[in-house]
Amino acid sequence: MQKGNAKWAFFFLTPQLIGLIAFAIIPLVSAFVLSFMKWDGFGERTFVGIQNYVSQFSQSDFWTATYNTILYTILTVPVGLFLALVLAVALNKIKGKEFYRLFFFMPVVTSSVSIAVIWMWILNGDLGILNQVLAMIGIEGPNWLTNTSLVMISIAILSIWWQLGYNMVIFLAGLQGISKSYYEAAEIDGASKTQQFFKITLPMLSPTTFFLTIMAIIGSFQVFDQAFVLTQGGPGKASYTLVYHIYQNAFIDFRFGMSAAAAMILFAAILVITLIQFSLQKRWVYYED
Amino acid sequence: MKTKRNISPVRILLHIVLIIGSFLMVFPFLWTIGSSLKDMTQIFAIPPVWIPNPVVWQNYIDSFNAMPFDRAYWNSFYITAVVVVAQIFTGSMAAYAFAKLKFKGSGVLFILFLATMMIPKQVTMIPLYLIMDQLSWLDTHLPLIIPGALFNAFAVFLLRQFIRGIPRELEEAAIMDGANPIRVYWSVILPLIRPALAAMSIFIFMGTYNNFIDALIYLSSPQNFTVPLLLNNFKGLYVTNWSYMMAGATISVVPVIVVYLFAQRYIIEGITLTGIKG
Repeated sequence: MQKGNAKWAFFFLTPQLIGLIAFAIIPLVSAFVLSFMKWDGFGERTFVGIQNYVSQFSQSDFWTATYNTILYTILTVPVGLFLALVLAVALNKIKGKEFYRLFFFMPVVTSSVSIAVIWMWILNGDLGILNQVLAMIGIEGPNWLTNTSLVMISIAILSIWWQLGYNMVIFLAGLQGISKSYYEAAEIDGASKTQQFFKITLPMLSPTTFFLTIMAIIGSFQVFDQAFVLTQGGPGKASYTLVYHIYQNAFIDFRFGMSAAAAMILFAAILVITLIQFSLQKRWVYYED
Repeated sequence: MKTKRNISPVRILLHIVLIIGSFLMVFPFLWTIGSSLKDMTQIFAIPPVWIPNPVVWQNYIDSFNAMPFDRAYWNSFYITAVVVVAQIFTGSMAAYAFAKLKFKGSGVLFILFLATMMIPKQVTMIPLYLIMDQLSWLDTHLPLIIPGALFNAFAVFLLRQFIRGIPRELEEAAIMDGANPIRVYWSVILPLIRPALAAMSIFIFMGTYNNFIDALIYLSSPQNFTVPLLLNNFKGLYVTNWSYMMAGATISVVPVIVVYLFAQRYIIEGITLTGIKG
């Protein structure tokens, strides 16, 4: 039996192995090679060394995209996770938890494009319901989507709204995993609810927080759909993100080498940030065993 | 420990906040549906018209006439269904090999699978596009189906976790009866991991159904469009006609929400499961 295992394993692995080679390894290597080439998709491919990387780093569009992407990450990740945590704690022991959860999770199942179209109407400067409601209480609402300094904030707001339910249910699952005995012991020792929250809930929840932070940062570095549908990266380049830049380079400008270089830079950035988070985790993430 | 039954003011305040929160989550959908049933006068009315009157169903007829939404639904649905069903088998097969069949290089190969999860899809997107071009698969559904059907490192990882949890004795009993690994996989492993397969299917379903960027780069003929891509193009055509745009958004969103309302427990639990195990 042991002897024949390799043969059987190979049989079971074949489909995913083909996939791994054809759709992950070959494309990854090709992207790496392509990032050192100049190619418009039709003519000759010429090797240009690190030229594409140099061009990216000396291009204002690249830095605008980087700035907007980091801004989006800063705007969405802390606020989004904080709100989700507060909600999860509030829902954890309340009557009608399932009822509330139903509503908060609803946006999660809808597509980014529908979300963007829906919010395009809500945030419309002249007719949007948000500004109309603000007008009723005497505030003149801004042009959420056409104001250069506001547009990323607007995209961040709808993205937080879109993902809130997901982060909330993961936090809820984390909360449910904390053993009641800790709280009972703390109760006997006379710890207040606030102390219990900071000394038990937060540390015990830290693996969940860690997981969600990693996923949220990786996701926010890849923001594209909302910016593409809502504002086409505008006004000007005010909502032009890194993935937008990659898309623009490849599929609008047909500079595949440049696009591949930008994608490799994005990959490196995500890798470095994730590794930093992993190296910092022992300072604040608490694992029970 | 008995919990106190009296209603504290804090609790009431909490419920009020949560009700407002829930309203803010649902309102954009209601407002979309409402706006989709208005005529232009009602759309432009200040102060806003909350309930459409008269109700203009014509917006839906016009939207369906302007863009093949029914076709897009079919495309999205069958692409997603093929990917999910294929992944149930290919993913669980690979997971079974990693979890139960000891073979040389198993550890290294598994780490290779895991490592690919770190690659952002934008990196492989460009070479994949060029490969699909070589294969003459542009403007077909194959680029949206084949990679998703054959490769999903996350699914393999998730299912492996579950299969590892199956006690050895169950397989050994089958092996004693002369079953080969195919038989063990089919009649022991697959039935036991059904909950994990369900969770994985929901996860993959949502990811595939809502995939926008791949549809955007690969598809060019409207009859091939998926729902998100069609809605994006529809938006481009009717950028100032808000009732049409909201009708389009409603057509794209409501069926998904209806499915969600019926299956919300399974969907939320499935997503939670994939989140925690992942």
